[in-house]
Amino acid sequence: MIDIAIRVENLGKRYRIGQRERYYALRDVLARSLTAPFRFLHRNNHSPVPDSQSPNFIWALKDVSFEVKQGEVVGIIGRNGAGKTTLLKILARITEPTEGYAEVRGRVGSLLEVGTGFHPELTGRENIYLSGAILGMTKREIDRKFDEIVAFSGVEQFLDTPLKHYSVGMQMRLAFAVAAHLDPEILLVDEVLAVGDLEFQKKCLGKMEEVSRSGRTVLFVSHQMNQIRRLCERVFWLDGGRIVREGPTHEVVSAYEAALTSGEWLRQQRPDTPKVKARFIKWEIVEPRNDQPNVLTTLGPVTLRFLVQVNEPIRFGHHGIALFSSEGQLMWAWAANNLTLEVGLHELHYTFPMLPLRPGAYAWHVSLYDSGGLVDVWYGVPEMIVAVPSYQHPVDHWNGFLNLPCQFHVHQHRRSSDAKDLGF
Amino acid sequence: MITTSEFVQIIRPRRSWWDIDLREIWAYRELLYFFVWRDIKVRYKQTVIGAAWAILQPFMTMVVFSLFFGKLAKIPSHGLPYPVFYYSALLPWMYFAGALQNATNTIVEHQRVITKVYFPRIILPLAAVLSGLVDFGIAFIILIGMMLFYGIMPTLAVLWLPFLMLLAVATAFGVGLWLSALNAIYRDVRYAVPFLIQFWMFASPVAYPSSLVPERWQWLYGLNPMAGVIEGFRWALTGQGQPPQSLFAVSVLAVFLVLLGGLIYFRRMEGTIADLV
Repeated sequence: MIDIAIRVENLGKRYRIGQRERYYALRDVLARSLTAPFRFLHRNNHSPVPDSQSPNFIWALKDVSFEVKQGEVVGIIGRNGAGKTTLLKILARITEPTEGYAEVRGRVGSLLEVGTGFHPELTGRENIYLSGAILGMTKREIDRKFDEIVAFSGVEQFLDTPLKHYSVGMQMRLAFAVAAHLDPEILLVDEVLAVGDLEFQKKCLGKMEEVSRSGRTVLFVSHQMNQIRRLCERVFWLDGGRIVREGPTHEVVSAYEAALTSGEWLRQQRPDTPKVKARFIKWEIVEPRNDQPNVLTTLGPVTLRFLVQVNEPIRFGHHGIALFSSEGQLMWAWAANNLTLEVGLHELHYTFPMLPLRPGAYAWHVSLYDSGGLVDVWYGVPEMIVAVPSYQHPVDHWNGFLNLPCQFHVHQHRRSSDAKDLGF
Repeated sequence: MITTSEFVQIIRPRRSWWDIDLREIWAYRELLYFFVWRDIKVRYKQTVIGAAWAILQPFMTMVVFSLFFGKLAKIPSHGLPYPVFYYSALLPWMYFAGALQNATNTIVEHQRVITKVYFPRIILPLAAVLSGLVDFGIAFIILIGMMLFYGIMPTLAVLWLPFLMLLAVATAFGVGLWLSALNAIYRDVRYAVPFLIQFWMFASPVAYPSSLVPERWQWLYGLNPMAGVIEGFRWALTGQGQPPQSLFAVSVLAVFLVLLGGLIYFRRMEGTIADLV
C-alpha cells in the first residue's frame, strides 16, 4: 500500500483586499467603530470588516482538494495570483486556512525564499546555524552537515566575514546551500531556483533532482515550465484559487500553454480578481504568422506583441523586457521609459531584424512599473520555441548561443602578385 | 528510503479558545536558543565600547537620578546612599523597559521570516524578553561592586531575587505578548509604547520609595507588578524598605492574568499574523 503524504479537502483561504499590502491604523478602527459601534463583537478572522460577501474580500484559494502520495514530486503552475503560494503557505502552516482541512504526514520543510532569517551583521558561519535552525534543522544536524554546506556554497574563505560584506551572489549561494541540506520528508518549494548565476542554477536544479529522486515528497511551484517538466511527474494547474486541471506533467503543461497561447486568458479572467492597475495578458509572434504563435520558424524579421490590459492610466511608465534561455541565461534585455498608457487594451510591438537563437525553448519576461512602483511582472507563458535549422558546429560541445547562418567559401589566389596586394 | 513518519499535522481553521501546545514550544527550544543567541551577538555589533553599554546606561541614569532626585529634590531613600538606592531599582526597571520594547517590536521586525517559514510565533517575544537578561547580568556585577564600596551586606532576603526577577520577566512577557500582536495589526502601538514605559516608570518606585505613596492609594499601587518587583529588589539586596506584603500577592495574580490573557490573545492571532504584518 502506498501512503498518502498530503491530503487536502475543500481548502479555502479568504483575504481582505489589501490585507497583505497594508496594516490597519488605529484611527481606521476607531472611525469604523463610530459608524458601527458593535461590529467588532462579531468580527471574524480578526479583520475589522466582518461581511464575508463584501466585495472587499477575495478567495485566494477555494474548494481545493487533492492527495499527494509519498515520494511523489508534484508541480504547481498557474499565473501570478492563482493561489499557488497561498496553498504552499497553508501547508507549511505559515498561515491558517479560512475553511477546509489538510492532513500532512511527515516532517515539513518549506523553502519559500532563499536566505530566510539571514542577518547581515553575523558571519557566514553564524548565519548557517541561524538560517538552518529557522528552516527547521537541529543544531546537531547542522554540525553534521556543516562541511557539506560550506563546500556546496563555495564561500569557504569568507566564513568568518560578516554577511553584509558578501556580494549578492555569494549570499544566494550560501542561502541555497543551507536550504539544500534541509532533510524533511515533505518539501515545499516556491520559485527559488531562479536565483544566482547560470552555473549555480544548474547546481541547484541538480540538487533538486537528487532530492526528488530520494523518495521525498515535493510540492514545487514554478513559472519555468522547463523546470516543471524536468522535475515533476504530476502537475496541478491553479487558476483563480481553484485547481482547473491536474494530471501527468506533459498533459497539463501542454494544456496550460495552449490555453495561454489561444488567448483564452481574456475570457478566463476570473470575476473576483482584485483590480490591478495593469496586467500582461498574453504574448505571441505576429509576423511571420503560423499555426502556433509561440513557435519561431524563421531567421528573418520577427514581430512580437504583448497584450496589456490597463485598468488605471499609467504615467511615467517603465517597461522592461528580457529573454532567457531554458537554462536561465539572460539572452537579451531592454527597457522603455516614460510610457503613458491610457485605460484599455494595449499591444506592445517588438520588431527584430532577426532572432538568431539556437533551437530550443526560451522565456520572455516582461515588467511594467509606474511612478508608484511595480505594476505587473510576467513570466511569459508559453515559452517561445525556436524551431529553425541549426547553423552550428556538428559537435554539441561547440554549440554557441547564436544560431547564425553564414556564407563560406574558399578563394585561391592564382598569381603570386596577389600576395603583394594583400600586403605581404 | 523514507519510512512513514509518525508526524501527522492536521491543518484547519482554529476554533477553540485554549489550544496552546506547550510540547510544540518545547520542541522548538533550540530555535528559541538561536534567537536569543543572535540578539545578544548582534546587539552591540559595530559599537566601540560594546557590552559596556549594558553598564553605562543604568550607571549614567543612576548618576543623574542621584543628583537631581537625591541631592537636589532630597527624596528620602530609606537611609541608603543614593547611588545604591537608585541603581538597585534601575536594574530591574531598565531590564523591564528594554524587554517590553523589544518584545513589542519583535513580530514586525521578523516580518520576513514570519511570512516565509513556520515556527511557533510565541518564540519571538519570549526570545526578546530572555535576551535582555544578559545585559541585566552584566550590569548586576557593578551593583555588587557598589554594595561592597558602601559596605552594605545583603541578608538572607537575597533569596527573593530570582523570584522577583522571574516576576519581572513574566510581566514583560505577558504585556509583550499583547503589544507585539497588536503592533502587527496597528502600528500605532510602536509609537505609544515609549510613552507607556515612561508613565509606567513614574508609577513604579524607581525614582522614589513606595512609602511616599499615600496610604489610601497603596492598593492601586499594588496592582502594578513592577512596583512590587522594584521595591522588593531594594529590600532583598539591602534589607531596607518594604518587604513583599499581601499586596504583592495581588500583583502576582495580576501578572498571571495578563500573561494568561496574552497567551490566549497571541495564540488567536498567531494563525493569521503572517497575513497582517
